[in-house]
Amino acid sequence: MKTRRAQALQTEPHIHLRVCSDPLYLSGVRDMVGAVARRLGFDDLGCSQIALAVDEALCNVIRHGYESAADRPIWISLWPEALGAEGASPGITLLIEDEAKQIEPDQIKGRELEDIRPGGLGVHIIREVMDEVEFAKRERVGMRLRLVKRIGERPAEERAGA
Amino acid sequence: MSQESDTIAREDRDGAVVLSPSGDIDMSRSPLLREAITKARGDKPARIVVDLVDVGYMDSSGLATLVEAMKLVRGTGTALVLCAMNERVRAIFEIARLEQYFTIRADLEAALGGD
Repeated sequence: MKTRRAQALQTEPHIHLRVCSDPLYLSGVRDMVGAVARRLGFDDLGCSQIALAVDEALCNVIRHGYESAADRPIWISLWPEALGAEGASPGITLLIEDEAKQIEPDQIKGRELEDIRPGGLGVHIIREVMDEVEFAKRERVGMRLRLVKRIGERPAEERAGA
Repeated sequence: MSQESDTIAREDRDGAVVLSPSGDIDMSRSPLLREAITKARGDKPARIVVDLVDVGYMDSSGLATLVEAMKLVRGTGTALVLCAMNERVRAIFEIARLEQYFTIRADLEAALGGD
């Protein structure tokens, strides 16, 4: 029988961080996420891809959600992903939540890569390097982004190039 | 993380302006690069080289800055050349499929050499 603590760890994030929407703190969040990913078993490439995805997600919240206001909250939650029941690899799950204006998740798209111009690459990069990417509205205010990456899964860019 | 500076080193060499950012080029620090490139463009050099040897990380903010710079120099007689990017930085160019859009050289000497 599982202890109460073990049950709680299945649902409560192992790390829960509130950070101001100031680009100054992007570096610290990247370092933290990358270091945790390494302890969870990701290699150098996986760690840098996870840190990049989180960085791009935070940039999108700051730039588009908060229109570059530097004093708004962003919450980052992290869970280790256990070995899945259907043989899915272990990995990492991250939630990034904000209080920004809500938009329809299906309207969140990166620009076409053929259309070369500054900006609009963040969502594309996130989808390329993570295994699962899901945008949703939070219950009352703001948006939620769920990211999953599994150890040993090949990112979309490599799968496409195979 | 590479050592970061609040300024971007600039050197004028043989008609080229060499800009050497250091550390991470992210949303917080890409404005520094934009400012340095804008100043360099104002001098109308034959070539602006962005030497990335001391850049440990770049996100899409840095990419956007370089795409913007490339568009602005096009047709002005100034070439924009990137050089000495590490694998981590090169990876983001590849994800964005922008490696063909830029002139990228292995090191500074090659960037200062022929086209």
